[in-house]
Amino acid sequence: MAILGLKHMKSWFVAITLSVGLALPAQAQLTVDVENTAADELTIAVPGLTTPQSNETPAGTTAELGNKISDVIVSNLRSSGLFKPLGRNQVRGISFSEVTAPQFPYWNGTSASALIQGFVRSNGDGKLTVGCYLYDVALETELTRTGFVVDPGDWRRAAHKCADSIYSRLTGESPFFDSRIAYIAETGPKGNRRKRLAIMDSDGANHRFITNGQATALTPRFSPDYKQIVYLSFLDGNPRIYVYEIGTGRQRLITQSTNPTFAPRWSPDGKTILYSMAIAGNTDIYKVSAQGGQPTRLTSSPGIDIGGSFSPDGSRIVFESDRSGSQQLYVMSANGGGERRISFGGGRFATPEWSPRGDLIAFTKMAGNFRVGVMTPSGGGQRLLTNSWQDEAPTWAPNGRIIQFFRTTRGSGKTGIWQVDLTGRNERQLPTPVNGSDPAWGPLLP
Amino acid sequence: MLRYATPLLITSSLVLAGCAKKAPEELPPAPTGTSQPTAPPPSGPGYAPGSQGDFLANTMSDRILFDTDRYNVDAQDQVVLQSQAQWMAQHPNSRVTIEGHADERGTRDYNLALGERRANAAKNYLASLGVSPTRMTTVSYGKERPDALGSNESAWAQNRRAVSVVVQ
Repeated sequence: MAILGLKHMKSWFVAITLSVGLALPAQAQLTVDVENTAADELTIAVPGLTTPQSNETPAGTTAELGNKISDVIVSNLRSSGLFKPLGRNQVRGISFSEVTAPQFPYWNGTSASALIQGFVRSNGDGKLTVGCYLYDVALETELTRTGFVVDPGDWRRAAHKCADSIYSRLTGESPFFDSRIAYIAETGPKGNRRKRLAIMDSDGANHRFITNGQATALTPRFSPDYKQIVYLSFLDGNPRIYVYEIGTGRQRLITQSTNPTFAPRWSPDGKTILYSMAIAGNTDIYKVSAQGGQPTRLTSSPGIDIGGSFSPDGSRIVFESDRSGSQQLYVMSANGGGERRISFGGGRFATPEWSPRGDLIAFTKMAGNFRVGVMTPSGGGQRLLTNSWQDEAPTWAPNGRIIQFFRTTRGSGKTGIWQVDLTGRNERQLPTPVNGSDPAWGPLLP
Repeated sequence: MLRYATPLLITSSLVLAGCAKKAPEELPPAPTGTSQPTAPPPSGPGYAPGSQGDFLANTMSDRILFDTDRYNVDAQDQVVLQSQAQWMAQHPNSRVTIEGHADERGTRDYNLALGERRANAAKNYLASLGVSPTRMTTVSYGKERPDALGSNESAWAQNRRAVSVVVQ
């Protein structure tokens, strides 16, 4: 219903726009359809954010921050594949008085259909106010405005929030830039690879290594509140799942069992951890309170049942099992039971991840190459989005519109984190300081 | 001899907590002689009796290989494991860790589970030959520790393996 509501809202905005400017053909471009694979990118002018008075802050002057914020907005919008931003090196700068009164004759002379203007102001209390305005250039109207008060050190978040408000206004989709990613940083040769847990912003900024690489770390997942990361480590020589607290640096085992545990996932409310455990060689799926306690066993087939991902409402789990003879996807109740196979049609299917929107399940399909695709929770509408030698382990952007995964190069085994939108058209590699695998995209930051 | 006795002591005290009281009786009366119930097979230079070098020299192989996505112990594997069981009978204080591995052409989580299944298949077969399960542990490395580094059928075949490693 939420999706319907959004769509209605979007067409309502379009209708308003149309009624105001019927004579102008350009305005029709000012919504962006994320599902239209043939659409041209929308050109947006993004002059540097201005400042009423350039003041020193711990993160630089407000004038410098205005330029940096504008650069992040440009980078965010470009990365979505839907926009062609013209950054401050391609358009002229603006004065503070222009922020709410754009010089439309100038902007109409550029190729831009939309214009983002804004300012950075230093407040008396040491915080910054960042204002962000979106204009329709042809119609000479304001489309949205947002303002954020942040610590100077959090200027990037203001930039992401501004980009999010513009993305949402123009696409009718939920925002996603203001979010973070946990992944595994890889260095060293194929036969002796060092794998460290690392975190970064959705655009690769604010990168930080969490573990030192002495023990192999795998498959991290952020808790929904971003306070913890659940991941696999060979810390004691065996594969075991640990919960790492970001604030304190402490970590604990999720279960005291001596059996190997793998494939951890959070429930959407962060209260439960789903994991897989092998007993005498047989792997089944369990869940346990994030606080610890007695685990509940959810599957009991003689095959390998592993992985899993909760539906956004927490009522169902999609997981993989080779009980039929090969890896396939199944959906069951979040309390176990009612297991039903949803993947058919040849090939092996693995690593299912339920979209935060609930409408799709992303997976790895193995039939020759490893490719990332999506299907509905009932198994319909199967579509492959990537085609490379080995793409695997999809993870969803908070708005359920972009999928991140990792790609392995044949031979060298070098890995990289990539993302693709649901059209399959906009594919790009995410910049990371070293090679990367096992990405896990967290929700929108609280 | 010291080189030999020390690992045994460590093994006994750290890993075999339940057998800690027994272990000293089985240790060689230093500084000479051993109390092996059967004569250990001749060991060459460069490795100590009961060591991984000894194990490698006196068994058919330290590893068995699997077909894609399979974990069954076939006739060829059985011969290898029989030679390992024989060596373990000759070295009753020995313990092994069986490492299960998968090739790179699988997803990470599944390969960890598959490696665990392969290690247990080897362990179960050794147990059926009389090796006490308490002398064997398993660990899966999934696709994390390839032995052959190529991306081709021959490399993948070598990497789908269960390797017995003598615990020193």
